[in-house]
Amino acid sequence: MSREQKPKADYFKSIMAITRKDLSAELRSRELLSAMLVFSLLVILIYYFTLELDIKNRNAITAGALWVTFSFAGTLGLNRSMAIEKDRGCLDGLLLAPVDRSVIFFGKALSNLAFMFIVEAIVIPVYAIMYNVNLLIPGFLGVTILGSVGYISVGTLISAMSVQTRTRDVLLPILLFPLVIPILVAAVKASNGYLLNLQWSEISPWINVLLVYNVIFLAVSFMVFDQVVEE
Amino acid sequence: MSPQPKVLKALNIISLVLLIGGYYLSLFYAPTEKVMGNVQRVFYFHVATAWVGMLGFLLAALFAVIYLAKKDLKWDAYGLAAVEISLVFFFITIVLGSIWARPAWGTWWTWEPRLTTAAILELIYLAYLMLRQGIEDPEQRARFGAVYTILGGLSIPLTLVSIRMFRTIHPVVIGSGGSEKMGMTDSMVFVMLYCIVAFSIIFANMYWHRLRLGQLAEQVEQAKMKLEL
Repeated sequence: MSREQKPKADYFKSIMAITRKDLSAELRSRELLSAMLVFSLLVILIYYFTLELDIKNRNAITAGALWVTFSFAGTLGLNRSMAIEKDRGCLDGLLLAPVDRSVIFFGKALSNLAFMFIVEAIVIPVYAIMYNVNLLIPGFLGVTILGSVGYISVGTLISAMSVQTRTRDVLLPILLFPLVIPILVAAVKASNGYLLNLQWSEISPWINVLLVYNVIFLAVSFMVFDQVVEE
Repeated sequence: MSPQPKVLKALNIISLVLLIGGYYLSLFYAPTEKVMGNVQRVFYFHVATAWVGMLGFLLAALFAVIYLAKKDLKWDAYGLAAVEISLVFFFITIVLGSIWARPAWGTWWTWEPRLTTAAILELIYLAYLMLRQGIEDPEQRARFGAVYTILGGLSIPLTLVSIRMFRTIHPVVIGSGGSEKMGMTDSMVFVMLYCIVAFSIIFANMYWHRLRLGQLAEQVEQAKMKLEL
């Protein structure tokens, strides 16, 4: 019995296979993306009334408003994406596959990230048009990408746990939000820096926080994911 | 359930005496602080409870790592006990801090980095308890609890750093740092150290009781399972 026929060469291929599976399933049902998108757009409309986004406030609040939207819409997507695996027994199938468990983590994280990016790619222009703010700043978009990576890496791990509990959907935001506060703080401050045209020296510390957070939490999620899906 | 061992019984009495001693020392023995007056006396218990609170959270993180390595449910029980007790102590710390902050800073609450981080810390461990409640299988509960404790332990320093930076870039603060460096006389330092030691012993006492309670709960669970069979 040689266990040395390791599928290592297939590592990235397997990750892409899981991601592709998620994307094509979503392409057919569109239930996850449509929920995230409609929710985001609703929230943006609600901001108009609740935050009084007049021109004076607008620049200072935009980054915060967008990040609150992304993180709430994100939990919708994360919940759904894991619930589908769990409910239809797909997760067991994935676990049976002769690949490293971390492949499943990265595959799911990558597809979650893709959903997040799609939502952001629609919400940001819509917000820019509705509130007449120029958001097409490369730095701002870069920060959004960095923040999403950190948010999704922790979120994928936490949603894999919360989906296996009795209270599932309720539990995800409660578990996730206190952990991603550094991301929210740093992403909002850095985006604000770009929107208000601040010096690089005022933005770079926040980019560093984002990078450090991403490295630490990607590594830890990768290491402990085994523990979370073990049966 | 075996009766309390002698050492534990002795520890109960010692804890009580130490607590009363702590009250006496901080309320009567310690000199009145010149600037802040009597309200500064809250400080001794504030520091001591904060210390044991942090100690418990650190222990919990340590036990979580050990649990994941060894997979012995004993370590999970140790971690849970530490988190529960620390949650209470840390809450006391925040309340005492509030009582002090009202006259000293003129407000019950300010978004000072340590205060904010303390509040987030409490929320993380409350979430931890809620996570555990949602899982029936003890082994799975232990695994998830350990993973979440580790994630929480890692995010706390980052939260503190990012909130601190948040403040320094925007210095719109009501009484930060400056008032913290109070000149302490020798007797004040003595009372503070006394309280820290006293509360550490009280913590150990409660921890022991909580562990016994955990064993008891486990026995109940097993008895129930037997009945069902």
